[in-house]
Formats: sequence, structure tokens, C-alpha cells
Amino acid sequence: MPPLAERNLFHDKVRLTVTVTGIVFSVVLIVVQLGLFIGFTTATSNLIDHSGADLWITSKNVPYVEQGVAFSERKLNQVRAVPGVADAQKVIAHWTQWKRHDGGQESVQIVGINVDDSMERPWNLVEGRVEDLKSPDAVILDELYKQKLGVTRVGEVFEIGGYRARVVGFTRGIRSFTTSPYVFTSFKNAQDFTRMREDQTLFILVRLAPGANLVEVRQGLLDHVKDVDVLTNAQFSHMTTFYWMFTTGAGVAVLIAAVLGLVVGFVVVAQTIYATTVDHLREYGTLKAMGAPNRYVYKVIMKQAAISAVIGYVLGMMVSVFVVHGSEKGGAAILMPTPLAVGMFFLTLAMCVGAALVSINKVTRLDPAMVFKG
Amino acid sequence: MQAAIAVRNLTKKYEEGTTGTLALRGIDLDAHAGELLLLMGPSGSGKTTLLSIMGCILTATAGSVRVGGREVVGLRQKELPAIRLEHIGFVFQGFNLFPTLTAGENVELMLDLKGVSAAKAKKRSQDLLEQVGLGGKYASFPADLSGGQKQRVAIARALAGDPGIILADEPTAALDSETGRGVMKMMSDLAHKRDRAVVIVTHDSRVLGFADRIVKIEDGAIAAADDAEMVPAGLLAREFPRAAAGLV
Repeated sequence: MPPLAERNLFHDKVRLTVTVTGIVFSVVLIVVQLGLFIGFTTATSNLIDHSGADLWITSKNVPYVEQGVAFSERKLNQVRAVPGVADAQKVIAHWTQWKRHDGGQESVQIVGINVDDSMERPWNLVEGRVEDLKSPDAVILDELYKQKLGVTRVGEVFEIGGYRARVVGFTRGIRSFTTSPYVFTSFKNAQDFTRMREDQTLFILVRLAPGANLVEVRQGLLDHVKDVDVLTNAQFSHMTTFYWMFTTGAGVAVLIAAVLGLVVGFVVVAQTIYATTVDHLREYGTLKAMGAPNRYVYKVIMKQAAISAVIGYVLGMMVSVFVVHGSEKGGAAILMPTPLAVGMFFLTLAMCVGAALVSINKVTRLDPAMVFKG
Repeated sequence: MQAAIAVRNLTKKYEEGTTGTLALRGIDLDAHAGELLLLMGPSGSGKTTLLSIMGCILTATAGSVRVGGREVVGLRQKELPAIRLEHIGFVFQGFNLFPTLTAGENVELMLDLKGVSAAKAKKRSQDLLEQVGLGGKYASFPADLSGGQKQRVAIARALAGDPGIILADEPTAALDSETGRGVMKMMSDLAHKRDRAVVIVTHDSRVLGFADRIVKIEDGAIAAADDAEMVPAGLLAREFPRAAAGLV
């Protein structure tokens, strides 16, 4: 086939620029909106998803991780006695106040862990070591929140909940969904910072023994440990995400923005591809008059749409990567996991081909006599 | 001899709301291989509608149209492109070349529709452009060609499918007098030397001298002296005396 689709596309540089710009705009809009949505949902359950635990033991009816209710740490021994439990550790995740050098206060979420254990440790450390948290007043926080908390370097001393706190390290990319940054510290420090009684904890994290059955161990825990909920990591993650995204309404706004991004993106692409097709309507009429079956004409239009999609996708993703990279140091995370990047390719293709189908409808209804008009 | 196109009692009505416009009323007409037939008449007389139906682009409301011996009235829309592709080549007033393709590729497009391989299509395209006197213009884009050259490319494209019938709509309207004569000479040769049935819709009285027959259409019907269906070339002087004096 003579390269009609390619030539139609590349012949008019202005039209090509308009078409590609429309698709690039749509790709970036959709990636940013969906990326924001993914970033928000990921941030809500960050602590749970990175905990490394199989099960979470909480007080009854705790709806999400930030809403833990204290219970006796003596349950830890009961948990450890249940068959199939390889490891169990106390964890605190609770809000308290961080006092900056200028006297200002910021709300933070203290995450108290057993430093010698592998569960719920801070990840992505860029400065310091987790083991540094063994010091009585040591804390690790994310570099994203340095400015917010008035921190400039490791070694600085602040006040948390009226207790001395010394920064021993920084992580990168551990965002909180709320405005309160996570501050990692030892379990003992966390009790002090949050003014929790020494014999209490908020959560017990459980890791199963190799080969142990999750359902059976969970049931065993429910049977042997009273007045607690036993949730799988996935369950608790989902509950927390659901709470923040939908119960608070914050996530609904992001979700609606993402859906609007999809709709606006599709409309822009549809309008762009439609205009490109209509520009060549007379030629398609001529093709049909020459005896080209509809499928031949459709092939030209589809090919044109597919080429536009590929060019728009590549350029759009280049811009998107730039935006995503730029957001890493910003307040809102825009994530572009591989499935989103790959899915976006097929979505762009589908949008362009779908838009072409709309314009094909116009071609199908072409007044054949148009070819006889001078 | 079987007509390349045989039209019988052809009626075309355009529906418009509750009323309709009768564009063609009981047309009977044959176009034979080896003759050049002119369809003439004032604007709105129905000649382009007739050409469109003869070319299987529009469908008739009633009557019969046989193309290459096959009845086409009543065929489904999706069956018509194959008839066009097999039997008919079109030449348009506005040339209707694909501006983004070269002259050669414009011709190859028709060959591609016919299923000819790319290599053979290129060779055939070059041959056809040679035949219409554009041997050196294979790689030229339509924008770089004169009106006459564009129309010759269009003729080469129409011939590419090796059709038995050439239908042309005002092929000289956009051309100057001399170029128009050249194009008409080419159309005449197609009829007389290559045995095609050539049907031309035209307002251009300068081309009358090339016609074997002239059919005058008025108000959707064939109108000729003495109610004759066809106007033989011999009647040219009576029907179009000024044109005949100038060209024949």
C-alpha cells in the first residue's frame, strides 16, 4: 500500500504538531492524575505495605493504622505461643507533636519499632543506619520533611512530646498521606514520645513460620488472644487505604480528578483525531469512489491513528517521566509504576483508535457525490 | 453488441423530509465500448446524478443499470465498490489526486486496490505515466504539477485498474483551452484506440467535437430534438451550432 496514512500525517507539519500536542497533553494529564491517585493510595498504606509482617494484631475495631488503640503488651507472649508464629513484635504508630527550633510545633506520626527485628524498619535510608535508633533519643525521618520540621542535618536535637529527640538518619520517599510526617524511633522512645504506658502497645506484628498456613495461624491467634482483631497485612492495608481514600472524601476528590483526566484526555484525543480525519475527508471519498472497500479506508485511518498514538505516547511519557521525577521532592507523590506506563500505551492506542472509529462513522456516511464537486 | 453500461427507465428520487426531489425520470441510455459519450445540460439537470448512478456511487430509486452485463440496481452498498473497481475508472473535475502522494504513488494506489504487488505496481505506474506523457514526473507531488499534468495523472490512475468504462466529470473545467483539448484528445483515444466506453459530463461546449454522441439532459430527463433519446453527432450543428462551427 502506498504510504497514504504516513504521508497524510507527516505532510502537514502544523496539523501534525496540533495532533501530537493534543495526544501528549492527554497522556500527561492522565498519567499525572492516575499517578497522583496511585501515589495517594500508596501513601495511605505505606507503613503496612513495607512492614514485612504477615498479620497485624490490633485492638477491636481499629479502622486504620493511624487510629490504633493501646492494649496490654502482655498479649505479646500469648501471640508468640500460638503455633505457626515465627516472630512477633510490638509496634507503635501514633500522632504526637514535634517542636522546631523556632518554637513552632508540627504534628508527626511516631513509628516505634524493635530495632533488632526486621519488621517495620524504615526503608530507603540515604543517611544513617537503622541500628542508630538504638540510642535512647534517636529518630529517623524522611528528607522530604526536613524543611517542615526545621531539620538541616543529622545530629540535630529537637523535642518530641516533651522528650529530647536526636536525628540520626534520613530516608527518601517515605511519604505520609496526612500532613504529619513519619518519625521512626525505637519502641521505648515511642512510648515516651507518645506518652504511652510502659506496659502497652498499639499493634503486634506477626511473621509466620515457613510453611505455616496464614488462615490457620490467624484463627489460632483469635482463639488464644482475647479482645483483639487479627488482620492480614493485605486486609489492614486495604482497610487503611479505604478509610483515607473514601471515608474521608480526600481520595474521592483524587479519584474524580483521575476520572476527569481520563475523560478530558479522551475528548482531546477524539477531537484531535477527528479533525485530522475530517481534513482528509475528500481523499477518503475519492478512495471509496475508486472502488476501495470500507475496510481499506478504515485501515488508512486506523494506521494514521495508531502512528499518532505511538508518537504521542512516546513524547507524552517523556514529559510524564520528567513530571514524575519532579514530584519526588514535592508535597504530592505522582507514581508511575510499570503497569501504569504499559497500560498507558494501550490506553493511548485505544483512545486514538476509538476516536478514529468515531471519525470513521463520518467517512461511512460520506456523500459519495462529493467527489464530483469541483 | 452488449453495452458497457445499459440504463433503463432509471429514476432517482432524493428524499427530503416528507417531500422528495425527483432528480432523474425514466432515463434510457447505453454507453458502448469504443465510443465517447457526452452528457450535457444545465446545472441541476441531473447529469452528475446520472453519472454517479452509472458509476455505482449512488443507487437508483427504480429502474435498471447493467454494468459490464451485471445488474447493479438492488445490490447492497458494500457490493458496489467491487463493481467500481473492476469496471470503472473515474476522472474528476478537481482531479482528486492525493496531495501527499507523488504522481506515481497516486497511480499505484489504484493498483494496490486491485491487489497488484508493490514492485509490479511501480513498473505499471511508470508505464502509465509514460503513456500520458508524464514519464519524468513519477516522483513529483501534485502541488508541483500544472492543471493539465494533474488531469493526466488522474487519467493514468483511472486507467491503472484497466477498466472498460471511464466516467469523467467536467474533466476540462479547470483547464485552459489548449490543455483541455489535450485532455480530450487523450479521452478520445481511450475510446477509439483502446476501446473503452468513455462517458463525460460537461458544460464545456469546446469539447463537443470529440463526441461520438451527445445526450442532453434537462429536468432529470433526456431532452433532445424530436424527443430523440440520443443526439447523434450529426445533430451537433443543430443542437450546438456555435460550438460546432468552432470545433468540428
